[in-house]
Amino acid sequence: MKKTVGNISVYIILCGLGITFILPLVWMIRSSFMDIAQIFILPPEWIPNPFTLNNYIEAATMAPFGLYALNTVIILVFGTFGTILTATMAAFGFSRLKWKGRDLVFSVILSGMMLPGVVTLIPQFIGWKTLGFYNTFVPLIVPSFLGGGAFNIFLFRQFFMSIPAELDEAAVMDGASYASIYSRIILPLSKSAIVVVAIFSFMFHWNDFFNPLIYLSDDTKYTLAIGLQQLQGQYVSAWHIIMAASTIVVLPCLVVFMFGQKYILEGIVMTGIKS
Amino acid sequence: MTTDYETHIKSGRRIKSDAIHGILFTAPAITGFIALTLIPMIVSLFLSFTDYSGFNMPKFTGLANYQKMFSGEDLFFYKSLKATAYYTLLSVPASIIFSFAIALLLNSDIKFRAFFRTVFYIPTIVPAVATAVIWLWILNPDFGLVNTLLMKLGLPVSSWLFDEKSVIPTIVLIGLWGTGGTMVIFLAGLQDIPKHYYEAIDVDGGNSFHKLFNITIPLMTPTIFFNAIMAIIGSFQIFTQAYIMTNGGPNDASLFFVFYLYREAFQRSNMGYASALAWILFIIIVVFSAIILKTQNKWVYYEGEKA
Repeated sequence: MKKTVGNISVYIILCGLGITFILPLVWMIRSSFMDIAQIFILPPEWIPNPFTLNNYIEAATMAPFGLYALNTVIILVFGTFGTILTATMAAFGFSRLKWKGRDLVFSVILSGMMLPGVVTLIPQFIGWKTLGFYNTFVPLIVPSFLGGGAFNIFLFRQFFMSIPAELDEAAVMDGASYASIYSRIILPLSKSAIVVVAIFSFMFHWNDFFNPLIYLSDDTKYTLAIGLQQLQGQYVSAWHIIMAASTIVVLPCLVVFMFGQKYILEGIVMTGIKS
Repeated sequence: MTTDYETHIKSGRRIKSDAIHGILFTAPAITGFIALTLIPMIVSLFLSFTDYSGFNMPKFTGLANYQKMFSGEDLFFYKSLKATAYYTLLSVPASIIFSFAIALLLNSDIKFRAFFRTVFYIPTIVPAVATAVIWLWILNPDFGLVNTLLMKLGLPVSSWLFDEKSVIPTIVLIGLWGTGGTMVIFLAGLQDIPKHYYEAIDVDGGNSFHKLFNITIPLMTPTIFFNAIMAIIGSFQIFTQAYIMTNGGPNDASLFFVFYLYREAFQRSNMGYASALAWILFIIIVVFSAIILKTQNKWVYYEGEKA
């Protein structure tokens, strides 16, 4: 009996907190389909009436959100590709090849993970600017092709080490090159890890605010994150339109999450516990 | 941690040491480390001793930047340091305790665990910009959802982000909305605790409190430790929320350190001074992490260790 009572209070707390957690998103979505009169009605109404897509159309006329979406997609497609390519290569070199200094080099690179980004920020900025890449996508994409972040290398390395060594040895006996072991054995066996990193990389590039903020100055080059912030700054009280723009920014993340939930949760646990 | 594979490699049977291929495969990552971490760090240290606008040649000024900070001449330095310390002090314990509590609830004997876990995780995938924009409206003092509800219930309202006193606690509260990642890690850790540990307490006639304080928390300390370090590193670098929601205000009350650094570097072209600020932040984070690392023997329990 006592247990049931305990359980009911757990359900009540979880439901209460759960509603609080979801409410802001429901609020955003419902407001995005309402006209300005209805969003301020008290007590709050939850069903848009009339249901309107005007806010989306207006958001798109106030700022080129289609273009922002395209810019974001360009950056994240290249960024994600670069991350997966070079992080798997590095992880392969750090786990399945044997060479002098390997573990030392790996731990040095890994230590960079703990480094606060602001220490390297200013020289990186000056560097990209000197090379003529200020106000281009280059500073937002090229770092992904240079190892894709210590965190991802670490994740792939953990995964690769769980693949039996006999597979490589047999391939070596058959005269396979390392390149073909990497591309024909290791990568195909690592699909789930690749999906995890791809999702994280998508989220990172989609959400990134700081880098586009400092590197992009021309409003035709803005990403969605910057576009939304600009819109909010310019039309301070047009909440129905701002909520439509927010929904445009949030929705793809929700869709990716719905499809990749299993991988995301696994990935978080993998990185949080094994380290 | 040595896996099967590693011992295999170390015994060096069939796969020969091959430095050329090793370097080739890791070349992009090594290049990245040198070009994006190592060299920038050295340059940053050098710039911190100069007067540099980003356009002129850096002019060596010795310790002038650091003197400016610590002489008390730069009031914003102290203000931003204070705001950041206050935020860290509130947000790290709050986020750890809050996500641990939710994980405990989810770990109890309930149905729909996966569903609830998803519900608490979803806000973490919302881009920071969108999070900021949504809460900016919900917490608007005049026509935001929260104050409206509070008024209807006859409860006192708050100015939330628009009051010097409440702005940082409000940002901490908004941050709690995004602690789902930590919660998922805690939950996975909790589910790894063997059931027979708890049975032993049942046999001894202990209650839930004994279970929590004698088994659950001690066994979870490594995970708590990891999450605390990550939370500290993250909270010292808070930027986006303040940039979008408060612009550092009101009256610079939420002028966080990285925001101040951004302002100096990119709005006022004081790249040399901003580099010095970055190094101070770096040292603060290293010192804090070191303190936690040093104290870990006292409170972090690793299984398999002698008690």
